[in-house]
Amino acid sequence: MENAEVLIDCQSVWKVFGERNAEAIEAITAQGLSKRDILRDFGCVVGVSDASLQVHRGEIFCIMGLSGSGKSTLIRLLNRLIEPSLGTVLVKGQDISKMDAAALRRTRAEHIGMVFQSVALLPQRNVLENAAFGLEVQGIPRNERNRAAAAALAKVGLSDWTKHYPSELSGGMQQRVGLARALAADPEIILMDEPFSALDPLIRRQLQDEFRQLTKELGKSAVFITHDLDEAIRIGDRIAIMKDGALIQVGTAEDIVMNPADQYVADFVAGISRLHLIKAHSVMVPVVDWDGPVDDLPRCDPEADIDALIAQITETSADALAVQEDGRVVGVVSVRNLLLGVRGEAGTDPIGAEA
Amino acid sequence: MMRLDPGAFLAPAVDWLNANFHPLFAVITDVIEAVLGGIEWLFLLPPPFVLIALVAVAGYALGGVKTAILAALCLAYCWVMDLWDASMQTIALVLVAVTIAVGIAFPLGIYAARHRRLEAVVRPILDAMQTVPPWVYLIPAVIIFSLGTVPAVIATIVYGVPPMLRLTTLAFRGVPTDLKELGQAIGAKPRTILFKIELPAATPTLVVGLNQCILLSLAMVVLAGLVGAGGLGAEVTRGLTRMEMGLGLRAGLAIVAVALLLDRLSRGALQGRRKA
Repeated sequence: MENAEVLIDCQSVWKVFGERNAEAIEAITAQGLSKRDILRDFGCVVGVSDASLQVHRGEIFCIMGLSGSGKSTLIRLLNRLIEPSLGTVLVKGQDISKMDAAALRRTRAEHIGMVFQSVALLPQRNVLENAAFGLEVQGIPRNERNRAAAAALAKVGLSDWTKHYPSELSGGMQQRVGLARALAADPEIILMDEPFSALDPLIRRQLQDEFRQLTKELGKSAVFITHDLDEAIRIGDRIAIMKDGALIQVGTAEDIVMNPADQYVADFVAGISRLHLIKAHSVMVPVVDWDGPVDDLPRCDPEADIDALIAQITETSADALAVQEDGRVVGVVSVRNLLLGVRGEAGTDPIGAEA
Repeated sequence: MMRLDPGAFLAPAVDWLNANFHPLFAVITDVIEAVLGGIEWLFLLPPPFVLIALVAVAGYALGGVKTAILAALCLAYCWVMDLWDASMQTIALVLVAVTIAVGIAFPLGIYAARHRRLEAVVRPILDAMQTVPPWVYLIPAVIIFSLGTVPAVIATIVYGVPPMLRLTTLAFRGVPTDLKELGQAIGAKPRTILFKIELPAATPTLVVGLNQCILLSLAMVVLAGLVGAGGLGAEVTRGLTRMEMGLGLRAGLAIVAVALLLDRLSRGALQGRRKA
């Protein structure tokens, strides 16, 4: 993933709202004022402060933050629905803030799809016409755009609903139409602005799984905004935690849960189930620190998650598993390590070795 | 004590306009009268029952059976009451006045929806226009355009613009932000966003604005009768001056019938038979 092409490169982007934003920006560049200083001295609200992120091809990048954290502003900076005050956003290597109106429209139409929390379907158009709307404004002929829209609707499982109107659909189905509309134009990048937040928990989970599967299948990249850490972990390849306009930690779900950058993140991840997040290699005791014999222990994979390890260990009479990588035992996971892992603590402490 | 009289400044201004721009006003008069005459002629060309049938068909196409029956009944009333010619004159006058009023108010309203500063300028003017009794601006209109249909059309336009403009602004302000964002996010041109996203979303409120515009214009029709524009207004005025209750009532009800007709047809035309 790290080696894949960078589709969105967001470099030290700021967004300051308020009448005196120009002065505020100058103060930020010259004196490095903080968000609070800016509010006090200029009466300006800093929506996004010094955000840098990269989205690679094929990656789902989640931005998690509570309301008011600036995540909706940040995602709108990526397709320039909001003009950045400072910093650069490169989409496929092109600086979008330097594009003229026509080039920007082309980039949005061809490379960046967007799905909204409110779905934003046009009520007077049926499902097919809604899904085809992005292509329609590009001037694609009716037959061609209807074919693409029908194919996109088929991907989200709505083939039977093309002639219906949005008001006749449930919330979950409406959001599928929103996704189909974004997919119909076949963009490389899809921006998802809290798309599932308004849905019932059960439908939400179903859509999360379908979305992840579909995105991976089609090889799309996505930036996914959510206020729900569970959702971010379920969907995201990498997660950025946002607070007060700043990205305070970016990493995989496992990174964030195992090594929270600060107390805020730690509090956030405290309630998250570790069962599917933490892998054997993070909880194991290195084989050199292990006193007991390893030859008789059942073998497991370093990428196996805690849930799988617990299942394996309870099936056998052993009270530890040997982690085997490339035919070599590299560590041992004891029951104690697993319990520590469930609590979110790394298992490399030497006490584990004494068990 | 000094007395401030705005008329002392305005009257010479009107006189000056009248003296120096007479040819321009003459052209405006000719054009409006020609258009009005043309529409009237067209309405009076077929026998009334043919026109009633045509309107019923149009009503059916625009709004279904109910609209068709109502439209036919409204026109039939005008015919049966022997007010056919007057009704057609009135409808022509309202059509022309409303078209011009919408032509002014609609673009201005969209503009005002996007620029708050313009709205801040326009709003008090509108309030004044709506509050000042129309008789007052009828005076300069008659001075400049002389008696007849044209000052009536002008007065009707002045009366019809404020509600249309106000509701146009409201309608475009009320378009959900996410729909406008959608337009931008899919790379639509501003024109496309206007016609394919904003206009459909604004239509319900625009229909209300158009109805207001039509109904207020009809209210001005009586006044138009006073300055010699003919039509149902003239009949009402005649009823009043001769103290003929019967005539006044018949003509008054005919105005109601015309109002209903125009309201339902315009509503049907704009909303279509889309699903609720």
